[in-house]
Amino acid sequence: MSLTSTEADGAQIVTVNADRIDAAMAIQFKEDMRSETESGPARVILDLSLVQFIDSSGLGAIVAAMKQLGRDRRLDLAGPTPMVEKVFRLTRMDTIFTLYDSLNDAVSANKT
Amino acid sequence: MTETFACSFKATEQSARSCITAVMEGLRDIELPVDRAGDVQIALAEAVNNIVEHAYADRTDGEISIRCNLSPNILQISISDTGPPLPKGELPAGLPADISGPLETLPEGGFGWHLIRELTCRLQYERQADSNLLSLFFEMPGTQS
Repeated sequence: MSLTSTEADGAQIVTVNADRIDAAMAIQFKEDMRSETESGPARVILDLSLVQFIDSSGLGAIVAAMKQLGRDRRLDLAGPTPMVEKVFRLTRMDTIFTLYDSLNDAVSANKT
Repeated sequence: MTETFACSFKATEQSARSCITAVMEGLRDIELPVDRAGDVQIALAEAVNNIVEHAYADRTDGEISIRCNLSPNILQISISDTGPPLPKGELPAGLPADISGPLETLPEGGFGWHLIRELTCRLQYERQADSNLLSLFFEMPGTQS
């Protein structure tokens, strides 16, 4: 699984360079998120704009990634494609995470 | 009813992905609208993942067969496996996962049957001799306006 990490306006941006977060890669994703976010800014933005498909294993791995950050840091989601947005909505996980339409929206929300 | 597509594969997560992708390719001919194709893919993936993770939990040689049938208004996807029957021999209720607790207790699984029930218009489960047959039904939007 390929994750890349940058920083903008004090937030860490982790981009998922894959078109699926499914059962076949959920464990890898969780481990890679752990190493990417071991230390760093309190706010992490997960850029999902390249992810066309997610299943419940992938959703669980994103929840796990948020738990790994602990209470003093937060995980926001940016750029969910329609199928990703639907899985978050149907499981009501859209009430747990803040989802921003785009990475730009997520980063500028940080400034206020 | 005409068979539109069928495939079978060994139940591993990696081959499950290839097969789900192949089914979605196979369904391309029937011109599912994009959002309905998304529903089909999510529900199918959850059903197949359940089989890989539960019915065939301790083995990687289990076989899964998928058959798609299209009638004028309904797409039926039937998935069979030879694992043990579903608990109590019936479909799980698929209640939404409880997300009301604090961060530490948020669920990382248990979303699958709820998603399947939300995305299908009907579900059918039969235990036949040594196999499970699960059918997912999806309404097809009218092709004529």
